[in-house]
Amino acid sequence: MADQDDLHHSTGSGEPGDDNSASDRESSKGFSRRQFIKGTGLAVSASVFVPDGLLKAAMPEETPGVSGPGEVPVRLRINGREHQLRLEPRVTLLDALRNRLDMTGAKKVCDRATCGACTVIMDGHPVYSCTVLAIDAQGKSIETIEGLAPEGKLHPVSQAFVDNDAQQCGFCTPGFVMAVKAFLDKHPHPTYDEVRASLGGNLCRCGTYMGIRKAALEAAAKMAGKGGRL
Amino acid sequence: MRPFEYGNPSTVKQAISLLGSDWEQAAVLAGGTDLISLMKDYIDTPKRVVNIKSISALRGASEVNGGLRLGATTTFEDLFENPAPLRDFPSLRAAIDGIYSAQMRSMGTVGGDLLQRPRCWYYRNGFGLLALDSKGQSLVPHGDNRYHAIFGNAGPAYFVSPSSLAPPLVALGATLRIQGPKGERELPVAELFRIPRHTGEREHTIQPKEILTEILLPASARRLRNATYEVRERHFMDWPLATASVALRMEGRRVRQARVVLGQVAPIPWRAEGAERELAGKTLDEAVATRAGEAATVGAHPLSKNGYKVQLVRVAVKRALLAAIA
Repeated sequence: MADQDDLHHSTGSGEPGDDNSASDRESSKGFSRRQFIKGTGLAVSASVFVPDGLLKAAMPEETPGVSGPGEVPVRLRINGREHQLRLEPRVTLLDALRNRLDMTGAKKVCDRATCGACTVIMDGHPVYSCTVLAIDAQGKSIETIEGLAPEGKLHPVSQAFVDNDAQQCGFCTPGFVMAVKAFLDKHPHPTYDEVRASLGGNLCRCGTYMGIRKAALEAAAKMAGKGGRL
Repeated sequence: MRPFEYGNPSTVKQAISLLGSDWEQAAVLAGGTDLISLMKDYIDTPKRVVNIKSISALRGASEVNGGLRLGATTTFEDLFENPAPLRDFPSLRAAIDGIYSAQMRSMGTVGGDLLQRPRCWYYRNGFGLLALDSKGQSLVPHGDNRYHAIFGNAGPAYFVSPSSLAPPLVALGATLRIQGPKGERELPVAELFRIPRHTGEREHTIQPKEILTEILLPASARRLRNATYEVRERHFMDWPLATASVALRMEGRRVRQARVVLGQVAPIPWRAEGAERELAGKTLDEAVATRAGEAATVGAHPLSKNGYKVQLVRVAVKRALLAAIA
């Protein structure tokens, strides 16, 4: 299921055994892939409370200490909430978020650990979720952009992006917001140069860097005024 | 990405038992910043992936016998946040500071830096490490070779060693611990690297059933004046174009012995022995540093589009030397 977004494999004409995922098979029967992905997301939500033990019993491991290559139980803690999924080991955290949990805030752009659009925070560190296996993210505390606006109220970092015109097309924005938040959580009183250096792992093709740096400094000042990190 | 089995061992021994006798059987996963991309591009298609991040013994920096031990899965961020263990090794610190991206620092490991595969775009686009066309000829000499090697490029390999840590580690005389089914072996960092002679030979001497577990810097390395200078096309988002790392055994202002190692200019970390000879016995000042930079370029054979790297080597060596005694 790893390459659901990968159009090259959606025709089902790839090499034998090559990404022969359920979504590809369904699409060849005239199902829209997006519909199917949404459907999977719903099914997953329904399976959140299936106990781990039941799933394991249904899928015995063939080699001791090894799981997969088929779907295996994967438990993720995202924005404070536990999610129980069944994923192939090859599924990235980004694909799990977007295609299985319907959290489409983190964006898939380069998909090669370069551009930063997929940035989420894992155990306090910014990471490229396109390059973390979901199965490897188990036991970690994962923060995504969706977690920054509970009940519709913007986080000071998000608000500062709005106030400082820190986006144009907006595609890189969630990744930048998460990178800024991860940085400010650890460095509440940064200088301009420190902010600039901290965002070296994120690209904006529209060139909104000036606004983003201003937003980061303003968010830092606001959060410090309220007694530090939120 | 092809489907794969996933192993998540908690000891090195378990991890080794899960590896295979060739690279197609199994791959070791640490930070994943290289392996996952290689798997997405079908450059690497292992049947099994063995995560070693759950082996807690492999992570962390500590002082051992007066030297420094770096566990292979220590992240760049571990050292960036707490650089105290690197206090005598500004050359390593500079290489770590050169990892531009906070995300890359959080994920990337020191062992993975040494074992990352070349960034050569022919390799990354499926033409193999030796970038061969359908007739078995290398695409590099007449192709777009602006980022390729200027040393050690008599063929068949033209890619450059991409490791940031290898030049300072080789200059400082670091060794590696590698564990395999038959036990442990230790080897100088320089011997991890080789220029492949034929298709199928990797640029690393580590074997498919082995795991790099530790990087060791001897206590004596603490007495070396050391520095690294990286030349970049842009400040962020890129590997350096040329790197020079120097380690100097000094007697007052006189250089008793020098090691000068270049990165990003050869298929292996490249010892600039001409520069080392130029420095031996000299009192290091700007003129001597300039001459050493010139000597470092002896033997360079630029390809059609990378002649500029010769000048970068000159400059990087000079600046690294001056930084080491600053």
